[in-house]
Amino acid sequence: MSARRRFLASLAGLAALALPWRAARAQADPFATLLLQTTGGAPVRAGRVTIDTPPLADNGHSVPMRLVVDSPMTAADHVRSITLLSEKNPRPVIATFRLGARAGRAEVFTRVRLNGTQRLLAVAQLADGSWWSGGTEVIVTESACLDES
Amino acid sequence: MAARVLVPKQARRGAVIEIRVVVQHVMETGYRLDAFGRAIPKNVINTLTARYNGEEIFRAEMGSGIAANPYLQFYTVATESGEIVFDWVDDAGERGSERAAIAVID
Repeated sequence: MSARRRFLASLAGLAALALPWRAARAQADPFATLLLQTTGGAPVRAGRVTIDTPPLADNGHSVPMRLVVDSPMTAADHVRSITLLSEKNPRPVIATFRLGARAGRAEVFTRVRLNGTQRLLAVAQLADGSWWSGGTEVIVTESACLDES
Repeated sequence: MAARVLVPKQARRGAVIEIRVVVQHVMETGYRLDAFGRAIPKNVINTLTARYNGEEIFRAEMGSGIAANPYLQFYTVATESGEIVFDWVDDAGERGSERAAIAVID
């Protein structure tokens, strides 16, 4: 085998070694444990929940954020709670908002702190006990939490 | 703790009304140090509730991830004339309260 061919073969070997590691990384969902703690192990379906934020936040100390759940908000079908989870904040559970049929509209607006560019996930529980989630990603140019301001 | 609440003075029965609350509070994260390098203890408004004529219509359970001077905007159905009362408490046990009257017309 020529030196070149040996080199190419070793590259292929490296790639094969890296594959399982990549697969493991893809499975390590940063929200998995948080979701388990939030829902107590109940299944969570993707959909119905939207997080509205500016795609880019200059300052992580105060990022405006709107949480919306697609729900008719009737006595039979309404949102009980919305929990907002962060991927990188030192305390990843940002807040839980408890609503009810009387809210009329499943929407909450607030301002949050974000420790750097990250994904956010909102999980909502409906009156029938089902859990739904939706997420977004926010680019933060100046992080909050860990500095002196 | 100073606070401002915004509730429509008047609404039609059954209308969905917007409510805004802002409370003056540093929402101390617990990660900052004072001038002597000692950790400043975490102190945030951990719970804020809104009650409409006594019945709870909204509750926020908050952590240090909510920005200083927490602002909350949410909705409720105008059911009857009366009062919406907002109550909150921080980690140090300090409480605050604010109220707003609403008139419901048919």
